[in-house]
Amino acid sequence: MDVQFTPEEIAFREEVRAFLETEYPAELRGKYSRDEYSKEDFLLWQKTLNKRGWGAPAWPKKHGGTGWTATQRYIFQEECARAETLPIPPFGMAMLAPVLMAFASDEQKAHYLPRIIDGTDFWCQGYSEPGAGSDLASLKTKAERVGDHFIINGQKTWTTLGHFADWIFVLCRTDPTAKKPQEGISFILVDMKTPGVEVRPIITMDGGHEVNETWFTNVKVPVANLVGKENEGWTYAKYLLAHERTGIAGVARSKKGIERLREIASVELDQGQPIIRNPDFARKVSELEIDLTALEYTELRTLARESQGKGPGPESSILKIKGTEIQQRITELTLEAVGVYGAPYFRGFPLDGDNQHPIGPDYAHLTAPTYANMRKTSIYGGSNEIQHNIIAKMVLGL
Amino acid sequence: MDFNFTSEQDQLRDTVAKLVSQKYDFDTRRKVAKSEPGWRPEMWSQFAELGLLGASFTEAEGGFGSGPIEAMIISEEFGKGLVIEPYLQTVVIGGNFFRHGGTHAQKEEHIAGIIGGETRFAFAYSEPKSRFDINDVSTTAKKDGAGYTLNGHKAVVLGAPFATHLIVTARTSGGQRDANGVTVFLVAKNARGVTTRDYPTVDGLRASEVYFENVAVGADAVIGQVDGGLPLVEKVVDNAIAALCAEAVGCFKVLNEATISYAKQRKQFGQPIATFQVLQHRMVDMFMAAEQASSMTYMVTLKLDEADKARKLAASAAKVQVGKAGKLVSQDAVQIHGGMGMTDELNVGHFFKRVTMIESQFGNTDWHLRRFTELSNG
Repeated sequence: MDVQFTPEEIAFREEVRAFLETEYPAELRGKYSRDEYSKEDFLLWQKTLNKRGWGAPAWPKKHGGTGWTATQRYIFQEECARAETLPIPPFGMAMLAPVLMAFASDEQKAHYLPRIIDGTDFWCQGYSEPGAGSDLASLKTKAERVGDHFIINGQKTWTTLGHFADWIFVLCRTDPTAKKPQEGISFILVDMKTPGVEVRPIITMDGGHEVNETWFTNVKVPVANLVGKENEGWTYAKYLLAHERTGIAGVARSKKGIERLREIASVELDQGQPIIRNPDFARKVSELEIDLTALEYTELRTLARESQGKGPGPESSILKIKGTEIQQRITELTLEAVGVYGAPYFRGFPLDGDNQHPIGPDYAHLTAPTYANMRKTSIYGGSNEIQHNIIAKMVLGL
Repeated sequence: MDFNFTSEQDQLRDTVAKLVSQKYDFDTRRKVAKSEPGWRPEMWSQFAELGLLGASFTEAEGGFGSGPIEAMIISEEFGKGLVIEPYLQTVVIGGNFFRHGGTHAQKEEHIAGIIGGETRFAFAYSEPKSRFDINDVSTTAKKDGAGYTLNGHKAVVLGAPFATHLIVTARTSGGQRDANGVTVFLVAKNARGVTTRDYPTVDGLRASEVYFENVAVGADAVIGQVDGGLPLVEKVVDNAIAALCAEAVGCFKVLNEATISYAKQRKQFGQPIATFQVLQHRMVDMFMAAEQASSMTYMVTLKLDEADKARKLAASAAKVQVGKAGKLVSQDAVQIHGGMGMTDELNVGHFFKRVTMIESQFGNTDWHLRRFTELSNG
């Protein structure tokens, strides 16, 4: 056991850092922290990575990935967080791809995987429905087999970046007579341009547009778009969620978040002193940082198990619960640190032609909307209460 | 970066686990703790024979392993059996004092004594009014010819009744709370002028109040630098914190397993209480706390040889996490066991008490949170 990086790993870190310094597109710099990005921004970042041969950092070589070790992936994530790059949207890269690698036909792998790497297909996720949130298996969107096609009808919701997406992977009910809700579900890939697919925006309380409703009205999809076996989609759906949970810890981004919090807290004054000197506030920052260290080492232990060929197990639910709690606490403390300047709201402002000096410090502008936005993290990807159920059942055997 | 154990380390864990399960069942432990002399000298000899006392020393030092990782493995497994014998005091604290501060001659003599099982140490540092501050030393060591004369009172010296030697902090210069002026001395427990009042502790261990009255020691009794002993003490204490965290993790695992198995068999309202979601989520929180504590124990163990500031931050972070986890796990274990959790007959209460004492050993959660905050903001 050793936490020291090998000379090769140190050299790799320098290589990544140099790449980000020279190749990360100038027009994307600062966009992550300003929370303003377009589909084109994501595509440009993906193109940049792909050009360097790093289009799929976490994939094995045989599928066109980098084949990096767990430690290399960890270093890469840390450096991206440090440089505040845009994230790589997880829907194709981290959620669908592992399912395709494990369960799809060779033709499907050969077709879809390269298109994720080169950015041809921007994916989104068709899981939740208005009546199927935590109880995902109660989903009602149905796909009826008619000849060589499925005809899909129903509604998905909380479709993150659905307004950017070219394709959606959809959980559909293909056998309405199945005895248990988990049976009779299929995992189907749908081109968003197919007639009958309609995306409607949902504006969240922070004023942003990330999520959507996705409606399916007599959407005709070739049977060839079925992944794995018909009616066995629940197995694939769960496999995807286990992968989703490991990435969800967000350790590197949270480290950067605490660093920014400390910077802000060292210039924001409280009773004439930097607020980081206020023992009550400082204590909360310390506890947060200590919890993040615990999460980081839990993730490293998980990665070590994975590197021995054991995939992410139900323990990854710990990473989801603790990771999201920490992300939320960072935004909560950052809002607390900026004091009264948490209030001014600029989304959509300044109005065209308004050249006046902005109000309050730049770093304060998004603190309240971000705090509001991050409440989603303990709800999505299987709510944190559902993660408790998963650990209770799968790990503790209760 | 590598988070895997070597095969020798896996083997060591198996050896200790086997020993604890065969020779350290709960009833035996309870009997030993309640009777005189409060420990089993023959068990200590067995530790030596199995190579456990030398596992955290390198071959060059006369041992069989590498260092803190072996101490972590042994401490965790000992935690599962609530082992009474003074492993922490002797191997972790004594061993590291000589390792990091001993002269060549001191190392030769005392590390061999530790590995062979002949020498046992107790660390006399805390005083009636010093609470958790190891720089707060009013015990004095006055220069007397070539040697020193010690006077003072050390409080709750764990393992002192079992020890052959005491490692003592004393003030050779400066004011009571000064960082400079602290010197570490090695004193034979049977030295003239040393008296002890021995007593049991709430967690089944033994400790002493130790009084020094004009105790004369030679210049060779000094471990490390005269007046500059504090950094050495801090380093050794951080090593002890890492081992304590590992011991706590061992306790957590037993408490969690006991709680889960009890909840599965205990029936109320016609069904096992393990089926109640409100209790399931509590047990998941206990499990997560134990896992996070285990991660922090790895973290601090792997950072013990870093520069002072990084090492202190690591030790304080781990102690905070383990302290909080300890409250959660031990309190909930008793709660979920219901009335049975309150009894002396069941092991749960005994682990509860040990975990409670670990929280305040070498600084409690608040103390370490403050040290962490001062170091990271200062």
